[in-house]
Amino acid sequence: MNSKFSTKTIVATGLGAAVFFLFFNFVKIPSPVPETNLQIAYGISCFFAAIFGPLAGFLIGFVGHALSDFISYGSPWWSWVVASGISALVVGFVSGKIAPAVEEGRFTFNEMKIFAIAAVIGNALAWLLVAPVLDIVIYAEPVSTVFLQGITAFILDAIVSCVIGIILLKAYASTKTGQGSLSRDN
Amino acid sequence: MKVKLFSYSQLDTFVHRLSGVSKLFCFLFLTTAIMLTYDIRIIVCIMILSLIMMKISKIQFKQIKTMLIYVGLFLLFNFILTYVVEPEYGVKIYGTKHVLFSIVGRYTVTQEQLFYQMTKFMKYLSVIPLGIIFVLTTNPSEFASSLNGVGVSYKICTALSLTLRYFPDVARDYTTISLAQQARGIEMSAKAKFTDRIKRVAAILIPLIMTTMDRVELISNAMDLRGYGKNKKRTWYSQKPLKTADYISMAVSLLVLIGSLYVRFYINHSMFYNPFI
Repeated sequence: MNSKFSTKTIVATGLGAAVFFLFFNFVKIPSPVPETNLQIAYGISCFFAAIFGPLAGFLIGFVGHALSDFISYGSPWWSWVVASGISALVVGFVSGKIAPAVEEGRFTFNEMKIFAIAAVIGNALAWLLVAPVLDIVIYAEPVSTVFLQGITAFILDAIVSCVIGIILLKAYASTKTGQGSLSRDN
Repeated sequence: MKVKLFSYSQLDTFVHRLSGVSKLFCFLFLTTAIMLTYDIRIIVCIMILSLIMMKISKIQFKQIKTMLIYVGLFLLFNFILTYVVEPEYGVKIYGTKHVLFSIVGRYTVTQEQLFYQMTKFMKYLSVIPLGIIFVLTTNPSEFASSLNGVGVSYKICTALSLTLRYFPDVARDYTTISLAQQARGIEMSAKAKFTDRIKRVAAILIPLIMTTMDRVELISNAMDLRGYGKNKKRTWYSQKPLKTADYISMAVSLLVLIGSLYVRFYINHSMFYNPFI
């Protein structure tokens, strides 16, 4: 892993975490469900994960969420911070299938499908398994409350990850030009 | 949009003089101690200790006022949610039932439930001063070096210091793009419909991500040109050497952690302290 952690990935991780942190903490979109916000940030972490791989994705979610908790609650709520990282980590595992195509300017239905499936699995793992289980193990929270919160988070974040992630990947791919994209004008 | 990050101020107090590494260790030891216990006596002890440290490090109330309001609301919400969903959780944990009065149906107020929720409230409250002390007394550029001192790979630390360094720039870009889009007539207020809200976020997010990707290229090229990442180790300009005070404070925090684990395994024989038996 470390050999693949190139300078570009490091910088992307750093800046990606800054964007994630900005949206996570300061840009809140009220959702149709009252008293809940759509976290656009999860779309951002999944986008970076799809381009730069699992470690970058994990760190963007983890660092961005931890910083946000530090400045708004004084201390991170570790179980959810880890879960934020995991959701992007899973998307990072399919970056080998998405990133090369996007760098060539292609983002077709096939890539879209892979991304969406990975994003849903990642969010399911994070909010239905990791966050509730860690809440119970670390913080001894009652079982029913954590799963209630987990399911809400899963539905909202999976939708945001897919929609925002696909919009961003599509836009980013359209700025790239692939090999042989020029043709002689007869 | 007003974005205020860490209001770190350079003061000369005992806590500020400590190295970032030892402050991070103390923070992790003490928060772990709180995380692993549900004994209100230990929690209150750590809380008193951290409030004394806050006094020593001269943190003013106005620096943490907004944070306290946020946390207070969050804890209140959590308090109510716990009661609504699990009104008998305390009874389940402590094994006894002392009913004070009953509201309706299964919603009775028991001493056990009150004690459990009180402990939980204190548990979450007591972590806050620790985080505040750590964040407000550690120089942001020393933060990354202290993580490296704990054993985290320097590449990850660089990513973190880039986050702290470029956050204000990204926030400024966000404001600029947002103003530009408003000048073009995009509705930014809360009056817009839900689908329009998603569209206007995309209108800001896409340019912001494109700028960020350009910047990634620029910074990583500059770093590569200066030979970044060639060696296995790196030194940090802002790293402070460890002194006696650092070792003492780390030892004290470690003792607190060990003490809390001792109480958990040899006195209470469980995570919870049970005054009802």
